[in-house]
Amino acid sequence: MAKMIGLIEVDIETCKGCSLCVEACPTSVIELAEEVNGKGYNYAYMENPDACIGCANCSMVCPDSCITVYRKKVEMV
Amino acid sequence: MEENSMAEVFNDIKKPENLVYSKSKVLTDNVMHYCPGCSHGVVHRILAEVIEELGVQDKTIGVAPVGCSVLMYNYIDIDWQEAAHGRAPAVGTAINRLWPEKIVFTYQGDGDLAAIGTAETIHACNRGENMIMLFINNGIYGMTGGQMAPTTLKGMKSSTCPFGREPAQDGNPLKITELLAQLPGTSLVTRQAVHTPAAVRKTKKALLKAFENQKQKKGTSVIEVVSTCNSGWKMTPVESNKWMAENMFPFYPLGDFKDE
Repeated sequence: MAKMIGLIEVDIETCKGCSLCVEACPTSVIELAEEVNGKGYNYAYMENPDACIGCANCSMVCPDSCITVYRKKVEMV
Repeated sequence: MEENSMAEVFNDIKKPENLVYSKSKVLTDNVMHYCPGCSHGVVHRILAEVIEELGVQDKTIGVAPVGCSVLMYNYIDIDWQEAAHGRAPAVGTAINRLWPEKIVFTYQGDGDLAAIGTAETIHACNRGENMIMLFINNGIYGMTGGQMAPTTLKGMKSSTCPFGREPAQDGNPLKITELLAQLPGTSLVTRQAVHTPAAVRKTKKALLKAFENQKQKKGTSVIEVVSTCNSGWKMTPVESNKWMAENMFPFYPLGDFKDE
């Protein structure tokens, strides 16, 4: 069986912590960090990286275009 | 040990051939000045993506409005003209007539398009000027501190109607997109939103259609985007999206009004 594994990269300095991506993620991968960036915003990061399927929903709703998405198909044994 | 294997997996995925989404090259590196979660950012982004996909970066001219998006020319790397408050369709008309082969779009908020610029908007659409009009409707004057706009809903609170809009005193909210759909000059009149990934994809599709109409010289394409102003509405971005779906959509229903 094949499975999609995804990876998101958040540009921490341009993220404003609006949490729209947290809401849009179907597999609850994204959370807001406890730490803040240079502007004082709690930036988004991958809390559960294993669950990411690379659907790019987070990047679709991001107003600041700070999310880059990668996706790869892997064969499960 | 486990962290090492995690990093290995990440390095394995993070390759150019696995790239699904990255920031559009038409967007500049400037950080947008908008509040966190503002719909303007999403609309700017899909606009840049459409321009990049169609390969029209060198022949697109945008007309920036007065309002929060007044500094829009800092964010999308195309040619721009700044218009006086409400006069973007008039400036767009001039550009369109001087360079008919260029792609012209105007980008306005509700205070710009539906209040001070109503005459320009209606007459540009009635003449059927060959351009794209993007209308961001958040029911409030966001830039100046959340005053009541023509599109403010009945009973909706703003800083100049703190107890809610009362039609007997303040008049009724204006559905300008429905008005524009009646005019013979318009070819595509649609209302969209950008609150969910599906809605963003639909709005992008509508934009692609509008750029296509412009190429075929079909007339004015009006795209209204029902948006949020979380600072003006005094809510979090997620709450304001929910509030918009519950309160704005019943009065401003999404969908195409005209597609010829």
